Amino acid sequence: MASSYHLNGVEAWDGCTASAHALRQAQVDVVAAYPITPSTPIIQNYGSFKDNGYIDGEFVLVESEHAAMSACVGAAAAGGRVSTATSSQGFALMVEVLYQASGMRLPIVLNVANRALASPLNIHCDHSDMYLGRDSGWISLCTCNPQEVYDFTLMAFKLAEHTGVRVPVMVHQDGFLSSHTVQNVRPLADHVAYKFVGDYVGVHPMLDFDKPVSYGAQAEEEWHFEHKAKLHHAIMESSAVLEEIFNDFAKLTGRQYNILETFNMEDAEVAIFALGTTWESAIVAAKKAREKGIKAGVVTTHLLRPFPFVALGEVFKKTKAVAIMDKSSPSGAMGALFNEVAASLYQVQGSRHPVLSNYIYGLGGRDLTQTDLDRIFEDLSQDAQKGALTHPTQQFIGLNGPELSYF
Amino acid sequence: MKNWQEFEAGAVLFPFEKQGQEELGKHNNERTYTTNSSFTASVANWRVEKPVHNKEVCINCFNCWVYCPDASILSREGKMSGIDYEHCKGCGVCVDVCPTNPKSLLMFDNLESEQEALAKWPQKAEGLKKKSYRTEGGYNGF
Ligand code: SF4
Ligand code: SF4
Repeated sequence: MASSYHLNGVEAWDGCTASAHALRQAQVDVVAAYPITPSTPIIQNYGSFKDNGYIDGEFVLVESEHAAMSACVGAAAAGGRVSTATSSQGFALMVEVLYQASGMRLPIVLNVANRALASPLNIHCDHSDMYLGRDSGWISLCTCNPQEVYDFTLMAFKLAEHTGVRVPVMVHQDGFLSSHTVQNVRPLADHVAYKFVGDYVGVHPMLDFDKPVSYGAQAEEEWHFEHKAKLHHAIMESSAVLEEIFNDFAKLTGRQYNILETFNMEDAEVAIFALGTTWESAIVAAKKAREKGIKAGVVTTHLLRPFPFVALGEVFKKTKAVAIMDKSSPSGAMGALFNEVAASLYQVQGSRHPVLSNYIYGLGGRDLTQTDLDRIFEDLSQDAQKGALTHPTQQFIGLNGPELSYF
Repeated sequence: MKNWQEFEAGAVLFPFEKQGQEELGKHNNERTYTTNSSFTASVANWRVEKPVHNKEVCINCFNCWVYCPDASILSREGKMSGIDYEHCKGCGVCVDVCPTNPKSLLMFDNLESEQEALAKWPQKAEGLKKKSYRTEGGYNGF
């Protein structure tokens, strides 16, 4: 029996430590992993917990990320609670198996410390890997700081394993900006955290010999479509379950999360929409903009998949100008978030169709400064006054050299 | 045809309706499989040549059983008992690894009857040194 870990009411943890403790407290049956920067300390901490007697489950060190996710698929099909962590190239190598996991409806939890994709090789944060997993059939949760990493990792198990969901879940955190930034984190005691997550409930475990089951069957044009439709439906329906989980979590901790987090949006005329740690930076800038008389607000989503299409349409319905921030190279298109937010705004009933712009920023860990954010709010304020774009739709900010912009 | 709501989530298949343990204790030809299982469904329609087994020559070494990629070598009571033609793809691996002289498995046209095939069986090749089937590919008969 694993020893319980003495935790203080407030711990100084970075995001990786926070997720490692959440995995420990969830009493995961199998972690199979191949460490990669910046997610390494998740696995490293987990390994020391295991060696020091705090974990009963299996810890499998494999030869690649492809193998890590494959072992997770096997263990989850066998009937265990399963988790791993990765970043960047490792995530890219897992991609093939991500689709296997979701197609087989295995409730694996994957912590991703977001990092740029080579080439050129880069270890720092952007959202290229997060975007790469967008269509893989996983639920994608986004977090903004180590506290959220901890909270969402616990909630991720509950969401993935919910009998009405049974879809694997990724928990994203910004590499280094969250994964290696020590902050105050308020953890739950081990038994409280485990009770919240609950015992694992197996669905068609392979180790149930009374009901032998085959996983990984082939289904060609007659049936493949139906299985994918069923998965899509389960993902779409999962946001209601997540909201229930948010409410249960709030009762336990006092921390109430929402799918969309908004700052000063009640009367905002202009707003920034961004993921991850940029949410907090944008709040600082929005406060300054308010002092200058710009009615600024900020919105982020904790849920990238399923995409909160209706809620986003609603939140920006009365806004005059919105900047949508993409921290990944769009490589020949508008940023992915821009496209998705724009679509939700176009569809929503009674929208005033705000002026939309797309900022590409922070690739490979390039700093997003408060000056950059101030400039965005200035741009937005001009857009709002004019009721039209006062600059190109897509702009690369923080880029060395001549301005790069399109449309 | 089922609609998308009727499928089991995860595209899983169940070979037995009930009492899986008990079923697994029986020989496969005595089990009651569901239609989820391909045990009774032929997946060998495109085979051109088939292996035929000659039990007079066979020494029951089970090389063929080990190497068959489709688990199509049948065995009962410690003896090689034939080929499962519903699943055998006719790849010829079993023939290749059979170490006897003459071989105890040989490939024949898919339409040839077992009787005809056995009547054509070659004699032992004289003067042939015992060679490893692994390094030499054995003796091919024809
Ligand atoms: S021909 Fe190939 S598939 Fe058929 S029994 Fe021999 S090894 Fe198996
Ligand atoms: S490899 Fe040949 S001798 Fe050995 S069991 Fe098979 S048929 Fe018989």
